[in-house]
Amino acid sequence: MSAVGASEGSPLLAVRSLTKLFGSFAACNGIDLDIRPGEIHALLGENGAGKSTLVKMLFGVLSPTSGQILWKGEPVRIPSPGAARRLGIGMVFQHFSLFEALTVAENIALSLSPGISLSKVAEEASRLSHLYGLPLDPKAHVADLSVGERQRIEIVRALLQHPELIILDEPTSVLTPQEADRLFETLAKLKAEGRSVLYISHRLEEVQRICDRATVLRHGKVTGACDPRQETPASLARMMVGSDVASVTAAGTNTKGEVLLEANHLSVPARTPFAVTLKNVCLKVRGGEVLAIAGVAGNGQGELFDALSGEYPVAEASAVAIRGKAAGNLGITARRLMGAGFVPEERHGHAAVPSLPLSDNLVLARNQSDRKTFLAGGVLGIIKHAVVRIASKRISETMDVRKSGDDPAAGSLSGGNLQKYIVGRELDRQPAVLIVNQPTWGVDAGAASRIRQALVDLAKSGSAVLVISQDLDEIFEVATEIAVVSEGRLSDVYPAHDLTREKIGLLMGGMYGKTEGGEVAHAH
Amino acid sequence: MGIIEAILLTVITAATPLVLASLGELVTERSGVLNLGVEGMMVMGAVLAFAATQATGSPYIGILAGIACGALFSLLFGFLTLTLVANQVATGLALTILGLGVSGQIGEPYVGMSGIKLQPIVIPLLADIPFLGPLLFKQDLIFYLSIALVIGVNWFLFKSRAGLKLRAIGDSHGSAHALGIHVIRTRYLAVMFGGACAGLAGAQLSLVYTPQWVENMSAGRGWIALALVVFASWRPWRLLAGGYLFGAVSISQLHAQAFGIGIPSQFLSALPYAATVIVLVLISHNRRTTLINTPASLGKPFVPDR
Repeated sequence: MSAVGASEGSPLLAVRSLTKLFGSFAACNGIDLDIRPGEIHALLGENGAGKSTLVKMLFGVLSPTSGQILWKGEPVRIPSPGAARRLGIGMVFQHFSLFEALTVAENIALSLSPGISLSKVAEEASRLSHLYGLPLDPKAHVADLSVGERQRIEIVRALLQHPELIILDEPTSVLTPQEADRLFETLAKLKAEGRSVLYISHRLEEVQRICDRATVLRHGKVTGACDPRQETPASLARMMVGSDVASVTAAGTNTKGEVLLEANHLSVPARTPFAVTLKNVCLKVRGGEVLAIAGVAGNGQGELFDALSGEYPVAEASAVAIRGKAAGNLGITARRLMGAGFVPEERHGHAAVPSLPLSDNLVLARNQSDRKTFLAGGVLGIIKHAVVRIASKRISETMDVRKSGDDPAAGSLSGGNLQKYIVGRELDRQPAVLIVNQPTWGVDAGAASRIRQALVDLAKSGSAVLVISQDLDEIFEVATEIAVVSEGRLSDVYPAHDLTREKIGLLMGGMYGKTEGGEVAHAH
Repeated sequence: MGIIEAILLTVITAATPLVLASLGELVTERSGVLNLGVEGMMVMGAVLAFAATQATGSPYIGILAGIACGALFSLLFGFLTLTLVANQVATGLALTILGLGVSGQIGEPYVGMSGIKLQPIVIPLLADIPFLGPLLFKQDLIFYLSIALVIGVNWFLFKSRAGLKLRAIGDSHGSAHALGIHVIRTRYLAVMFGGACAGLAGAQLSLVYTPQWVENMSAGRGWIALALVVFASWRPWRLLAGGYLFGAVSISQLHAQAFGIGIPSQFLSALPYAATVIVLVLISHNRRTTLINTPASLGKPFVPDR
């Protein structure tokens, strides 16, 4: 690899056998990487492959256990993010490192060298943000901004330090396709200025579209370095996963049954100033259907899930119907007893109590719906641990949950395995209606495909499945019908094969087929 | 001197320790640390200020001793909660209990001794303004300090870069750390500022308010100061106003008795807490103001990744 680097000019940043140990676990194991001036370099890998650990070392957040980092050929130590910035490395984090209580200008000022007045920062931020096509109001409080706008702050903040290398950690995971396009234009501008970009992603088509070179990580090791344009998505995926990912067989031709889940002019006022008001949401899911609801984060997905699951019941009973019976004013337990199952978005602390073992988490979710099976002693409600453990074991085996020990604490499982368990916990009941919010958020490709297949199979067996997701790949894999939620309104429901990514993108911006004629509304 | 002036003077004297102690706690809490030991730091400041004044004859040495004692005592809290990552609530409560006990022990020989009162500093010309002059410009050093500190802290928090960093740490210590801001170091300084202010407030009690040493002489003012920080929604100017409001309420029980108004004193002394509850309900009603003013990482321990 170094021979290749030498033949095409010296790299801006070179990493030599960089290793990071957490205890005896090697998150990064002897990694080599070269980033040349003026290139967009992709870092590919599944969750847990070591991408984040690697970039944290490059940005001085973590210190490497061994190995070398070379900046313009010179060996350097990067003990802190400040040191990284002084070298000329900027970073846009995946989970934003913004301060909600502060204004945009204050957020930006925090990462600049001292001695620059706040008003000057505001001016400069405003100028740069327009130059790169990322408009921002410096006086706005971050708490009031959308996710896309927050990312702009991160980018502008990184740009203000005139970095030679910008690291972007999964930047498009929170953007609409149109917002992502705008980001790609910005990246192209940066490249044209001779700056380098390290682009971390697991979205292969994006990487193929904008990146010049790619380095693939798996289990903390480099498994490939290539020109992504010369590869196929399948060959890249093989490098990432190590084997071919089982493709999900879609529900496509299921026989449609009766309407099992219905929302009837469901309107819910916002509970907090940051919540979204649901406006007149109507949907019907028949047995055998998988209705996927697409949308950019924060457009009412959480609120819709809360209303449909009964976490926050609504006043009118008729607004939600499960298996033909009005359920709008009922709570979660009552709805479970009607045959529905729910998987919320947040695994830790919402779908599961991290500190409790899996079997206890099973009882917590199903102690009413499976009262006779799991509990003894009538009103005393004594838990039949032996029975629960057998059920827990059955779920783990069905869903291929990999764990240490028989019944470990939920929090000790990796995200993907815990999610498989949580989905399995609901599927185990064979619910007539299943509502899932972000089923594979932050889950590795293998687990994701297992979960998606389980959802599709459930629909095939005659249940109604509603999937709320931000991942368009996932939606196209599982859905028979698709709707888009935008600012608390739900679009019409379309058959999945009638929609394209572009059309969904427009629906995400809130344009309900109004693209022809007149001004195109400002998306987001 | 009219009766109104006399009453207002007592209000100022009663409000000053509240303003000082709560201002220190405001800075501590803005950095994300909840120190419930204000009462303990205050009473330690009071006893040390009294003892140092007795030993040297100078109340100014006493003031310095009070400040130093408060800061040192808070350093103990800082070490336990920031370095050893002990629970902040439990440690703060322990600090209060410890402070009350230790101060009683140290102060035993001074009980019943008559103290030396800190004398007012008359500011020429301004002190001659009718009504306001005697109220505001014939005061002791600690009063002037309390006003200057409110102005200074407000400027520091909202105009200076260091203050911006402090607020950032209080909002999200993880993000602040990722930006390379020294979270633990800043919190140590904020905790010590809080301790110094509480110690100064204590010195005011034993040198100005009632120039003598009585066991437990802070008499719950540390708790009122804590309530006051929330009441002021972590903003210095509101804290100044709130401090005088609470001071007026707490002193009004004495005046009410003097005028023979039959309000039970317990009711009046409960008023600041009732007011805090009402304000809490009002500000939490508007989530946006809460979010923008309340330090989001308040009370949460910070352990950096290694």
